[in-house]
Amino acid sequence: MPKLELEDRDRRFLDGGNGEAARLAMGIIVALARVNGAPRLIDVTRAHIDGCLYHGRAGLDFARRLLTDGGRVSVPTTLNVASLDLLHPGLVRADGATTERARELMDAYVAMGCEPTWTCAPYQLPARPGLGEQIAWAESNAIVFANSVLGARTNRYGDFADICAAITGRVPDAGLHRGANRRAEVVFRLRDIPERLLDEDVLYPVLGHLVGQRTGSAVPAIVGLPPGQPEDRLKALGAGAASSGSVAMFHAVGSTPEAATLQDALHGEEPARVADVTPDDLARARDSLTSSAGDTIEGVSLGTPHLSVAGFARLVDLLEGVRVHPGVEFYVSTWRGVLGEVRRRGWSDLLERAGVELVVDTCTYITPIVRKARVVMTDSAKWAYYAPGNIGVEVVFGSMRECVLSAAEGRVVRDPQLWAGL
Amino acid sequence: MIRSSGPVCRGVTLVEGAAEGAVLVLDAPLSLWGGMNPDSGVIIDRQHPQCGTGLTGRILVMTSGRGSSSSSSVLAEATRAGTAPAGIVLAEPDEIVVLGALVAAELYGATLPVVRLEGTDYSRLRTGEEVRVTARAGAATIERVAGLSHAG
Repeated sequence: MPKLELEDRDRRFLDGGNGEAARLAMGIIVALARVNGAPRLIDVTRAHIDGCLYHGRAGLDFARRLLTDGGRVSVPTTLNVASLDLLHPGLVRADGATTERARELMDAYVAMGCEPTWTCAPYQLPARPGLGEQIAWAESNAIVFANSVLGARTNRYGDFADICAAITGRVPDAGLHRGANRRAEVVFRLRDIPERLLDEDVLYPVLGHLVGQRTGSAVPAIVGLPPGQPEDRLKALGAGAASSGSVAMFHAVGSTPEAATLQDALHGEEPARVADVTPDDLARARDSLTSSAGDTIEGVSLGTPHLSVAGFARLVDLLEGVRVHPGVEFYVSTWRGVLGEVRRRGWSDLLERAGVELVVDTCTYITPIVRKARVVMTDSAKWAYYAPGNIGVEVVFGSMRECVLSAAEGRVVRDPQLWAGL
Repeated sequence: MIRSSGPVCRGVTLVEGAAEGAVLVLDAPLSLWGGMNPDSGVIIDRQHPQCGTGLTGRILVMTSGRGSSSSSSVLAEATRAGTAPAGIVLAEPDEIVVLGALVAAELYGATLPVVRLEGTDYSRLRTGEEVRVTARAGAATIERVAGLSHAG
């Protein structure tokens, strides 16, 4: 293992020359560097933090300590979803003490200089990292999007490490920060998948779910998708793969920036493994995302990760003339920036008339928002993966169109053409 | 009085500290998030072969952690609640465990040594035996300890 060489400015942090919070933060970054065998620390240009989501006193104690000791981020830093919807108070039905602590945690991170973006989709912000840019992002779907779709470079930062990177602006030079480690190790070849299905949004979260299950934490390359896939499909693919597996980067050959060709993705080397994805594999992965055997639904949840403006455009089209069934709660999660655009485009009235409830700053699978629904339909592989364990609901997976049609009827309505030929 | 019978294994220190306790070798990797209840210190993952076993005060021996980065918070939270293991011995480096132990030490003044062993040394540790973990900067040792009746 190479010895860790620190620069004078790193040692200044460790000696307390930049304050007590910075000393603590650098101590943690250096310990991480020793664990993963990094030879040096490198600069990051920005950070994204998910420590602002309340799940216990230790997280709050840590944020309080950093703030009290003068902690301040040194690079532009965005914040992930939190445990409260500050624009719609009362939507999250947590007890008073938890709400108070969740609010204090959010305030502590803002007080340390983070931007109150409260989104799991920081890549939808106007200023976003570019190809080759070294960053420190938390939140599994944001990490996989940054590495794969933007070509920016981040490892999987999470609890405690994210804010330490933001305060010091330094991270260990290891993992996906290094070019050689971004090489695809596993190749997935799409085999005999109907051409029509390749151009359906619903394919992408299912494919991600399957790739995550079969990949673990390796970097996969996917061959056989039509080139130039839009960001929302790649987002759904990555979110699925980062939920069922620990995928932090994938290459979609012909669509992602480091995979113009399969040879590019492989850095000209041989893959460790090549696997076919057949229609049967896809059908099994799709079915494993549904836990409910019945055909009644009492809820719909879209927007995991947070719905984009393009996603709202599709939803608004589908909702034309539709009224959500009175027995169905229909939630769409997004963030304040997209909400502003939805209002500017005059879509809010239509959404409200149709019976849609907008959720911002947080998400429906991590906080108690869903009121009565025991069976909820979603178009998100990530939501389908986590919601049953987190909030105790049964899930039906389907396309956005199937979700809208089902919401109007209060029972599962399928599009028979969608998976035809599988 | 406790006497040592000499080091069983040597390893690399990931987090400094010293601890004594009974070894618990995990038969499968465990994600502390969703896998351990920090209020009780008990394994709650129903898929785990040792579900229901308590981790509090044990020298926890596992190949590595698994899964979510939220496990760091669970380890720190367990330390706050007094339900954490006394020390952790790993076969592979694990950032998530190290983060949890470091932050617990900073916040709650607890020492929770984390040591990485090489593969063969790892298999010398048996569930139930009392050991002392001494993790200093750089190198760590694990020794069996026994009461007077067992000491030679």
